[in-house]
Amino acid sequence: MTSEQVRDWIRRFADVVSEKRMDLVRLDTAIGDGDHGTNMDRGMKKAVEKLDSTEGGDIGADLKNVGMALVSSVGGAAGPLYGTLFLQMGTASAGKSELDLDGWTAAVEAGVKGVQARGKAEPNDKTMIDALLPAIDALREGGELGEALKRSADAAEEGMKATIPLEARKGRASYLGPRSVGHQDPGATSSYLLLRAAAETLG
Amino acid sequence: MSVKTMKKLINEPDAVVREALEGMEAAHGDLIKVNYDPAYIVRADGPVQGKVGIISGGGSGHEPMHGGFVGKGMLDAACPGEVFTSPTPDQMLEATKAVDGGAGVLHIVKNYTGDVLNFEMAADLAKAEGIEVEAVVTNDDVAVQDSLYTAGRRGVGITVIAEKICGAAAEEGQPLAQVAELCRKVNGQGRSMGMALTPCITPSAGTPSFELADDEMEIGIGIHGEPGRYREPLGPASQVVERLATAIVEDLPYESGDNVLAFVNGMGGTPLIELYIVYNELNKFLSERGITITRHLIGDYITSLEMAGCSITLLKLDDEMTRLWDAPVLTPALRWGA
Repeated sequence: MTSEQVRDWIRRFADVVSEKRMDLVRLDTAIGDGDHGTNMDRGMKKAVEKLDSTEGGDIGADLKNVGMALVSSVGGAAGPLYGTLFLQMGTASAGKSELDLDGWTAAVEAGVKGVQARGKAEPNDKTMIDALLPAIDALREGGELGEALKRSADAAEEGMKATIPLEARKGRASYLGPRSVGHQDPGATSSYLLLRAAAETLG
Repeated sequence: MSVKTMKKLINEPDAVVREALEGMEAAHGDLIKVNYDPAYIVRADGPVQGKVGIISGGGSGHEPMHGGFVGKGMLDAACPGEVFTSPTPDQMLEATKAVDGGAGVLHIVKNYTGDVLNFEMAADLAKAEGIEVEAVVTNDDVAVQDSLYTAGRRGVGITVIAEKICGAAAEEGQPLAQVAELCRKVNGQGRSMGMALTPCITPSAGTPSFELADDEMEIGIGIHGEPGRYREPLGPASQVVERLATAIVEDLPYESGDNVLAFVNGMGGTPLIELYIVYNELNKFLSERGITITRHLIGDYITSLEMAGCSITLLKLDDEMTRLWDAPVLTPALRWGA
C-alpha cells in the first residue's frame, strides 16, 4: 500500500464516522455519555484538515499527525485511545512511503499495544480492544494483502458484535454493571469501522 | 422519554464554556488569567518561582470546580473541557508549562477514564519536555462498590478539599514528592457519596441525561448523572443523610474520637437553606457516633449543572491537615485569611 492510499484510508474513515455519527451517539447514549459520535467526527475532521495542509509521502508522519489531531480535539477517553493508536502506528511506520502486509500488521500491532497500555483493557471488557485484537489475529494469518485486510475487517465485525452480551468493565459503561449487557460497545463499533475502511481503501 | 424544554441563561450551546471563561476573567482579573486556545485558567501572579505548581481540570458544568479554585493558596491552573467532557492533553501540557516554577507540577485528577487518560498523556508530554510531574488520582465516591470490575471509584468532593490542603502545602514551599504524598493521604482519608432529586441537562443535548420520577430520588449518583446505588421514594432530609453518611462512615471507617472536616455540597439546583438542614442532620448523625466536626464547608462547590441534590464528604483530620485547611486562600470561589 502507498502513502496516498493510507491517506485515502483516513479520509474514508472520517467520511464513515460522519455518516454514522448518530448511530455512534445512540450506542453511546445507551451505556455511556452519548458523545462518542460527535467527538470522533470532530476529531477526524481535524485529522483530515491536518493531512490536507501537509505534504504526503511519509506514512509515519501522516499517522502521527492524525494521532496528534485526535489527541488535541476529541477529549473524553476516545481522544487519548485513538490518538495513541495512530501515534504508535506512526512510530512503527516512520519514514516509510509504502507498506506490505507485514509492515501493516506490525503497525497495527504497535498501535493496539499502545491502546492497551494506555487504557489497560483486557479482552471481553467490552471495549475497542474486542474489535482490534481479533483483527490482528486475522492479519497474522498472512496471504494476499487485500484478502488479509478483508479478513481482519470481518474479524473486527465479529468482535464488535460479540461485545453485545458482555458486561462492561472499563470506562463509564462499567458503572452500569449488568445494565450494560445487551448493548453493542460504541468504541468497538468505531474500531470496526476503522478496519472496514482499511479493507476498502488499502487492498 | 418526556420532552422538556431547556431553560438556560445561555446564548449559544456551543459557546457556553468560552463565554463563561470570559465572564470569569472579566470578574476576577485580579486573581486569574484565562488562555483560550488551548483553554486554561492560571493564577494571575504565576508562575511562582520555586513553588510546586498544582493543576486540576475536568469537564465543565461543575463550577466553581476547578476554575474557581485557581489563586493563591490553592490551584495554579485549571483546564476546563467541554461540558461533562474531559479536557485534552494539549491544554494540560500548556498549563503545566505555564505554572512550572522549577519545583515540578502536581496533577490532581478525578478518577474518570477520560480525565485519567488525558492527564497521563499530558504528563508523558511534559516529562519529555523536562518538567517533573506527579499525578494523584482522587477516588472517594463510595457509591461505586465493585471497584475491581468497574473503572473504579469516582473522584468527587475530596478533590476540592485536596486542592485546598495541597495548595497550602505548596504555598509554604513543600517539595513535590511531599505535596503529592499529602494529596494521596487526603484522598485516602476522605470518602463521599451524593444523591439527586432531579436530573441535569447538558446544553448540547438539550434534554435530561436520565429520567427520575417526581416522587423518586437516586442515592449514590455521579456528578454527570451516572447511576447510583439505587432509587427509592422521596424521603426527608434525615433519611437522605442517614443513607449517605452510613455508607461513608462504614467505608473508611470513621470511628468514635475522630475529628472530621464535613463538606455538604450542593449539586447546583438545591438552595442553601436545604444544605443547612442536611448539615444539621449530619452533625447529629456524627455526634451520636462520637465523631466531631472540627471543620466544615457548606455550599455549591462541585456541581452538576442544575441538578438538585447534594453530596456529603468527610475527611478524617490530623493537626497538619487542619493547619493547612486553615491557611490563607484567595481564589474566586474560596477565600479566607488572605
